[in-house]
Amino acid sequence: MIVARTGNEAMAEAMRQINPDVVAAYPITPATEVVQLFSKFVHDGLVDTEFVPVESEHSACSACCGASAAGVRVMTSTSSQGLALMHEILFIAAGLRLPIAICLVNRSLSSPINIHCDHSDTLASRDAGWLQIYTENVQEAYDTTIQLVKIAEQALLPGIVSTDAFIISHGMERVELLDDKEVPKFLGERKVEYSLLDVDNPITIGGLDLQDYFYEHKRSEIDAMDHVLPIIEKVQKEFGDKFGRYYSTVDEYKMDDAEVAIMAMGSTGGTAKVAVERMREKGKKVGLVRCRVYRPFPEKAMLKALTKVKVLGIMDRSDTLSTLGGHLYNDARSILYESDARPLIKNYIYGLGGRDISIEEIETIYEELFDIQKSGKVDKNIVYFGVRGE
Amino acid sequence: MKKEKKGWKDLPIGLVLEAGTCKDFETGDWRSEKPIWDSEKCTHCLICWIYCPDSCITVKDGKIQGIDYKHCKGCGICAEECPPKIKAITMVREEK
Amino acid sequence: MAKLKELAAQEERFTGGHRGCAGCGASIIARQVLMAAEQPIVVGCATGCLEVFSTIYPYSAWNVPYIHNAFENVAATMAGVEAAYKALKKKGKIKKDLRFIAFGGDGGTYDIGIQALSGMIERRHRVLYVCYNNEAYMNTGIQRSSATPRGAHTTTSPAGKVIPGKMQLRKNLTEIIIAHEPAYAAQTTFGYWNDLVTKVRKALDADGPSFINIYAPCRLGWAYAPEKTVKVSKMSVETCIWPCYEYQDGKYRITVKPKEKKPITEFLKMQGRFSHLFKWKDDVPIKEFQAEVDTIWERLLKRSETE
Repeated sequence: MIVARTGNEAMAEAMRQINPDVVAAYPITPATEVVQLFSKFVHDGLVDTEFVPVESEHSACSACCGASAAGVRVMTSTSSQGLALMHEILFIAAGLRLPIAICLVNRSLSSPINIHCDHSDTLASRDAGWLQIYTENVQEAYDTTIQLVKIAEQALLPGIVSTDAFIISHGMERVELLDDKEVPKFLGERKVEYSLLDVDNPITIGGLDLQDYFYEHKRSEIDAMDHVLPIIEKVQKEFGDKFGRYYSTVDEYKMDDAEVAIMAMGSTGGTAKVAVERMREKGKKVGLVRCRVYRPFPEKAMLKALTKVKVLGIMDRSDTLSTLGGHLYNDARSILYESDARPLIKNYIYGLGGRDISIEEIETIYEELFDIQKSGKVDKNIVYFGVRGE
Repeated sequence: MKKEKKGWKDLPIGLVLEAGTCKDFETGDWRSEKPIWDSEKCTHCLICWIYCPDSCITVKDGKIQGIDYKHCKGCGICAEECPPKIKAITMVREEK
Repeated sequence: MAKLKELAAQEERFTGGHRGCAGCGASIIARQVLMAAEQPIVVGCATGCLEVFSTIYPYSAWNVPYIHNAFENVAATMAGVEAAYKALKKKGKIKKDLRFIAFGGDGGTYDIGIQALSGMIERRHRVLYVCYNNEAYMNTGIQRSSATPRGAHTTTSPAGKVIPGKMQLRKNLTEIIIAHEPAYAAQTTFGYWNDLVTKVRKALDADGPSFINIYAPCRLGWAYAPEKTVKVSKMSVETCIWPCYEYQDGKYRITVKPKEKKPITEFLKMQGRFSHLFKWKDDVPIKEFQAEVDTIWERLLKRSETE
């Protein structure tokens, strides 16, 4: 069925079709709508979900942990400060291997307080051991919400599917919805090896490790993350085979013969694709690499996309505040260090706090990348793009 | 009796642990005094049993059987709470 | 009236071999609460003494399903477990009648955990929250909590040359929870094991959220010889410092009335954490503590009269 939906509406719709057993959630702009819409589904009897309107996001994630440990399918939704408030529990959920799925809207972290888009919220939690998938448009947000539940339950790791604040969350786009019956069929039942509710086989979850066991448990969790990419690729392929829309961990756009390229995440990927088209119309060979799966980091797929490109402009909608620039920039530098591909790279910090990025602005970035290709030099490694006073 | 510790690949994932395994951990070597139970004096009121922090008073068919010295920490609550007129438990210095 | 012989016939749900201090009040509470339950139970525990000493990997003292999440969220975690149970029951995937018990110390309940507890009760989750109140953050080494009584020495309210212990009176969490109108609320202590067992059973039978605040003397933090733990527990009731009462359907009921109300000094002199008060330049801290105890006791007597 083809409909017009905003990102929030589409994710809520996906949640309705997934029909999780428990949703424990708290409102926060701009993800509030997801929770509101889902509450309406609950109160109208359209889902069987036990909805727990908790008193804070910390309790939301905690209740999700309890429910997931009890063997049921669990989801929630949040953004920015909400995710930050969950921070402590995120690490616990991953350590306890609980496949919770969060539909998240990327909003900047205070301070300053701001309700608009950047990627600082999810990136601040990138080391928590959660899967992270950043979506470009409403269709992808919808599709990935469904995929994530399956991936998380197979990997036994919690995951976040995110979409940009207001740009996608409140932007209305054309979406193809799956049939209600198709979603539960695609996901199947959650398979559990143990449950807190199995009183005949009692287990203890979340014990204390002294120095003699912690590392072994952590090593096991690290190993789990090492095995996730094949699971993601398999589920992406299954989804494509069944429903005709294929996704990949790294979204390559016109990279085959690109001389210069941009790397980006989220909705900027979509904006950049239009810029690519316009540049190509002018005869310029440019491309785009959109990082869709961020955790685990798809090193192999990323390097494969970058084998031929000569100059790479890495656009970060966040800063690591380490003096080393943005997150993607640091990840790209890291994977390129030992690779044969040696593109010149430059970091563009942009769009913080919802500062808009236009097609024309991205075109100027491409022009600058060509200048770098000509001169063979990068004058400034990190630039703050679009901020007044630079 | 030290059990060999498992490598990371052999541990159940997600910190899941079997129930009630503390039984295998001996805390009896903590004590400096041990309770001695006099079965002749005991009236099996079970007061010592309900107050023992470490479940060390063994009971069968409503009657006290003895003390689990593998786990007893020698706190002395049992001796203290045994009714004054009965005093079936006395604390003695643990000899090493 | 529960019978000891009946209770003793059950399998131990909280085993020995845990690493609680010799004479630990919290472990007596865990044993008594678990053995009181007549239905199969699922337990959650907040970070704290009970959690730490009972689950040092690979040893667990819990013979029932158990989860530990973090310090301030056992109420929220168990709310999630209860929601999952309701979801599965609705679908007919689970037939057993289960009960849910959340354990938290005064640290994880009065202070950092109060939000989650308040939310859990407000949303009417059918979970029994048991606070084992040892009047300080014991597991981190005896720091003051809002439950610490007036004048008590803790490492963050030490008996100093200028300030003699904690300056504030105790937070009355039981009354705060009663204001939420739970299905059942009570105070008790393990020295009165029958009172404790009866109340746990009442709470688990009540159709809604319940709360029991259980006084947990701590031999280390309160500084007394371990064998005195039960005597200290009983003295708290005899001095009316820890009244054993319950609240249900809008009615208060005092369940253990001391024959004669002893002055609080009978309780204070048993413990090293108060010894400095007897050497202090005036009796202001003791007087203030006594006044608090008297006020609360008088109020309780009045409230339970109007039944």
